Amino acid sequence: MKLALIVLASLWAAPLAQAASQPDPAADLQGFQGYFLKRFPKVPLAAYVNGPYNFSKSERDQWKQIIEFPPYAFAVADGKTLFDTKFANGKTYASCFPNGGIGIAQTYPMFDAKTGRVVPLGVAINRCRVANGAAKLSLTTGKLADIEAYMTSTSDGKPIDVVVPHDPRALAAYQAGKEYFYSRRGQLNFSCASCHVQAAGMHLRGDVLAPALGLTASFPLYRSSWGDVGTLVRRFIGCNKKVKAEPEAADSTAYRDLAYFMTYMNNGLPIAGPGARP
Amino acid sequence: MKAIAAIFVVCLMPCAALAATPAEIAAGQKIAETTTLGNCDACHMFQGADEAGNIGPVLKDVRAMVPDRKLFYAIIYDEEARNPQTIMPAFGKNQILTPKQINEVIDFMYTK
Ligand code: HEC
Ligand code: HEC
Repeated sequence: MKLALIVLASLWAAPLAQAASQPDPAADLQGFQGYFLKRFPKVPLAAYVNGPYNFSKSERDQWKQIIEFPPYAFAVADGKTLFDTKFANGKTYASCFPNGGIGIAQTYPMFDAKTGRVVPLGVAINRCRVANGAAKLSLTTGKLADIEAYMTSTSDGKPIDVVVPHDPRALAAYQAGKEYFYSRRGQLNFSCASCHVQAAGMHLRGDVLAPALGLTASFPLYRSSWGDVGTLVRRFIGCNKKVKAEPEAADSTAYRDLAYFMTYMNNGLPIAGPGARP
Repeated sequence: MKAIAAIFVVCLMPCAALAATPAEIAAGQKIAETTTLGNCDACHMFQGADEAGNIGPVLKDVRAMVPDRKLFYAIIYDEEARNPQTIMPAFGKNQILTPKQINEVIDFMYTK
């Protein structure tokens, strides 16, 4: 498994080859972003948040039409209403987050030193609900996706700033996410990297495969094929199913760590969420 | 039925040299274009394919491309054996296609 990782890394992301020793997120980040910048010299770093639209004119044209009347606007408005609505105890979501929850989405997923676990924004919203006597919401779509859409909209344009502190548990979570990303699985035996690194920018039937760089920056996002706004974990589940692998639970450690690694790799890119995709 | 299956297995390789029937070619086309089976056009362009992808090479003049039918079978059965990094699924090894289906896909592809 380690061996496969090294072979993979040496082929299309040479600087990730140090995987076997101590995790070095900063070096990985440089290698990861450098790999794509070199492979697609015409695409500037910040443009990666637009995923497939850098690689297909027809999709780009469709997108320009779509965002004239952004389909996620309702989600943002509904999310703001929910966000501002008081819990039974009189408190609001604002009480759970730094800066009242405004302009902070770019710092998630966050490592929580108390529990030793990675906390993506959706999990933080549910924690806030539980702390205030409300039930958890589904992490994939619906009200929670709306709240996330609103919170993310207040971070629009801010550089992604995920921190992996010098805590062995944080480094282990980062490393686990990285291994998940590069490991093959399912009957088709694909890794996330098979499609979003190796085949990035190419067509899988009608879909242009978005590069792994920038992949998390537009979430939550409206997808025409979904017909509504979905979160990053919804996409994880969908992509796991595509290769006929058993998806993980939406709040699983595996998905938290995967989101941690993937979002860390996007550090410095601007938040562009909520987004819209065909 | 058993007897037919036995004959089929026994002559898998020698019989392959014989011309494919239109029924085999039609079956191969269906497999090649069905998402849950070969799904070849998700990654490969070939003449007649609808909304084909471009992750793998264009499949054109396939007889010249892979003249050795045994090698063609091996590529579909488990391309990872030839190229551990490939993202072409191992259709035979991972039991996505049966040997019969792989042979039908080859019959179809040899018409391209
Ligand atoms: C068989 C190919 C394939 C594999 C393997 C795959 N994906 Fe995807 N993924 C797609 C397709 C197709 C889309 C939709 C087109 C696009 O936006 O890239 C997509 C979209 C996404 C998106 C949304 C990108 C956007 O901007 O809308 C994310 C995030 C994502 N995948 C993550 C993953 C992760 C994580 C894994 C591994 C667990 C994975 N994918 C494995 C094919 C794949
Ligand atoms: C998910 C992508 C994908 C699918 C599905 C796929 N292939 Fe491929 N195929 C590739 C790639 C990529 C290559 C390039 C060689 C490599 O990666 O080893 C390839 C190579 C080939 C080659 C070798 C071409 C050469 O120049 O030697 C043949 C023949 C082939 N594929 C036939 C098929 C057939 C028939 C099917 C359907 C049963 C199929 N492929 C399905 C991705 C795919």
